[in-house]
Amino acid sequence: MLFSLVRFRRRPGDLADGVAIEGNLPLEIVWTAIPAVVVLFVGIYSYDIYERMGGMVSLNDHSAMHHSAEVMQASTSGSSMNNGSPDGESEPRVWAGIGSSADGTDTLPVEVTAMQFAFIFHYPDGDFTTGELHVPINRPVELRMKANDVIHAFWVPQFRLKQDVIPGQPTLLSFTATRTGSYPIICAELCGPYHGGMRSTVVVHEQEAFNQWFETNAPPKPAPATVASAALTPTA
Amino acid sequence: MTVASPSDFEPQGLQPQSWLKYFSFSLDHKVIGLQYLVTSFIFYFIGGALAGVIRTELTSPISDFVSRETYNEVLTLHGTIMIFLWIVPVVNGAFGNYLIPFYVGARDMAFPRLNAVAFWLIPPAGILLIASYFVAGGAAQSGWTAYPPLSLSTPAIGQVIWILSVLLLGGSSIFGGINFIATILKLRRPGLNLMQLPMYCWAMLGTSILVVLSTPVLAGTLILLSFDIIAHTGFFNPALGGNVVVYQHLFWFYSHPAVYIMVLPAFGLVSEILPIHARKPLFGYTTMVYSIMAIVVLGLVVWAHHMFTSGTPPWMRLFFTIATSFIAVPTGIKFFNWLATLWQGKLAMNSAMLFSCGFIVNFVFGGITGVALAQVPFDIHVHDTYFVVGHFHYIVYGGTVFVIFASVYHWYPKFTGRMLNEDLGRLHFLLTFIGFNLCFAPQHWLGLNGMPRRVAEYDPSFTTLNQVSSVGALLMAISTLPFLLNVIWSLYAGQPAGDNPWNALTPEWLTSSPPPVENWKGEAPLVTHPYDYGIPEGKIDLRVASGSDLWYGGKR
Repeated sequence: MLFSLVRFRRRPGDLADGVAIEGNLPLEIVWTAIPAVVVLFVGIYSYDIYERMGGMVSLNDHSAMHHSAEVMQASTSGSSMNNGSPDGESEPRVWAGIGSSADGTDTLPVEVTAMQFAFIFHYPDGDFTTGELHVPINRPVELRMKANDVIHAFWVPQFRLKQDVIPGQPTLLSFTATRTGSYPIICAELCGPYHGGMRSTVVVHEQEAFNQWFETNAPPKPAPATVASAALTPTA
Repeated sequence: MTVASPSDFEPQGLQPQSWLKYFSFSLDHKVIGLQYLVTSFIFYFIGGALAGVIRTELTSPISDFVSRETYNEVLTLHGTIMIFLWIVPVVNGAFGNYLIPFYVGARDMAFPRLNAVAFWLIPPAGILLIASYFVAGGAAQSGWTAYPPLSLSTPAIGQVIWILSVLLLGGSSIFGGINFIATILKLRRPGLNLMQLPMYCWAMLGTSILVVLSTPVLAGTLILLSFDIIAHTGFFNPALGGNVVVYQHLFWFYSHPAVYIMVLPAFGLVSEILPIHARKPLFGYTTMVYSIMAIVVLGLVVWAHHMFTSGTPPWMRLFFTIATSFIAVPTGIKFFNWLATLWQGKLAMNSAMLFSCGFIVNFVFGGITGVALAQVPFDIHVHDTYFVVGHFHYIVYGGTVFVIFASVYHWYPKFTGRMLNEDLGRLHFLLTFIGFNLCFAPQHWLGLNGMPRRVAEYDPSFTTLNQVSSVGALLMAISTLPFLLNVIWSLYAGQPAGDNPWNALTPEWLTSSPPPVENWKGEAPLVTHPYDYGIPEGKIDLRVASGSDLWYGGKR
């Protein structure tokens, strides 16, 4: 295009018209076919990634990065195939899906409640509630999400993972973290004045550190039947 | 009623002479077109000022410039004004009304009164919308998408006024759409075939089909939403058994086609401008027509790609990924055709051409990020982030607004009979192009790295790029000054243009500038080859040929 602009600019004093090329059918077919093939390829590729991330198993999603160099640099999940780097080099490998993931028994369930303007995490296993999400490394986590008031969106940019939290329609998000560290959780759907401040943190622990954290936070279990302890636990 | 009052029959041009008459009730399609243009331009400045507020707020990572509530009002008003009061009325209403009757060889639109009504719905709607900022509770705060339940829980008066205003504007748009379809199909001059029409007619036909099919859906949806607010019905209120995802489906069933309502006319306008300034025929007329129609059909079945992270089952995500990706094919055809139109032309590097080429560059970039966004796995990450903000500004500003400026430079001589100043025009282009890219290119990076959209406060690590973006916005604001100066100054002191300064063949140039009330004195010209520029290969243009050209057969 720039080439055309320079090469074919009108010389001063030249009043003539250009060449009368009205069209060229084979050329049209070529430049219809090429984008069509490219688009088809990209579509199949993204379907492939989406399926491997567990998207077709259930209702969820995950990210895959193609045609975006920045994303690959930012490094993610699921990109091991296309950037050729070993998995460890990318940040957490994430999986997502509605419904429980395939290896159901080992899954850590967490109930997420989004409200104006915070995320609350409740661990049914330990029956306690926190304001920060703590998960162990290499163990599938299943977030069962519901919203109290308006639509929110649970987004962990480093996981390349996002799911709206919709009032009246519980959603699910499954993933497996593969790197320890703290990552921001951001609300990505306009939810009111303090939308920009609606943040939390997901902390990925080693298994032992997670167990320790879990023990310190879980209320002592006097009687397994008392559910009331959950309500009494102060929320962070 | 100024149309045919005897006082209008002044010797020069039979046009209303004073600006006051331009802004009174008129049935002349040219006057209505200019009314649209000027009115929308005023709203463009208001919308731009709101954008300035947003960019000022975002120069620092904390919410300090305006209150958070105000910030949300501002972003809602900015989106609504720019879409419904600036781009849609200008590319459809202004240029459509001015040009379509010329292009089909008619003396006015099919329904002149409906046309005037459609225009006069716009100023009250705009004033209503802006006035809502001053009512108790302020303007709507739920974004231009007005997703419930947020739109049900924010201050009700502002939201209801917003709905009312969008309904009026939607009504205006539907009236306009019906009028364009009737004019293009029924008012063609005898002997003029559909496939001989200038490309803008096809673009407007496609656009109007989209308007007529999808805008009523938006109107119905917003009426239901207003019932939810006023009468506490439960259509979209989950607390009363409503479904918020249904609203999103209905909303995007209009609002995705709305993108094509904004950009298809721009395609048409650019297809008019390029051949004239490249002195070449439009490349691939037939494929251009088919690709417009393909975009219309596909544009109706891609809406759910705005909802990939919402409540959508996997099959739906898959279908809409594929449908959306395929829109790239007809769009690509048009892009290649424009390039081929430039190829081997004799390009006049004037402002109209520069803005058109700026459009092509920006639009291609926006199109590529668009295909990327269509892929579910990618969209899951960047949905509702600044990546999306960058993407759609590349389409609607880098695409459509650049074309609007190109069109003003191109048709100003026809509107007023005077040329615009080229130096000021090139300065305007340079500032706009640099400012625009500086403003919106960094936003892609911000979105990829974790900055959500519609926030007044953000992670401090994003500060630098946000400031770069704000500087770009400032440049864009400054860039309108040479334009304004140019337009106003040239109106009085511009170089007289003559009837056909570009030496063009389309029918609007085959009359006086500005044109008389019924467009042509005498019979309308029959233009069957609107892009018949250029010399067939192997022939020599005798007007400029030198002796040696003739001797060597022009093959030196």
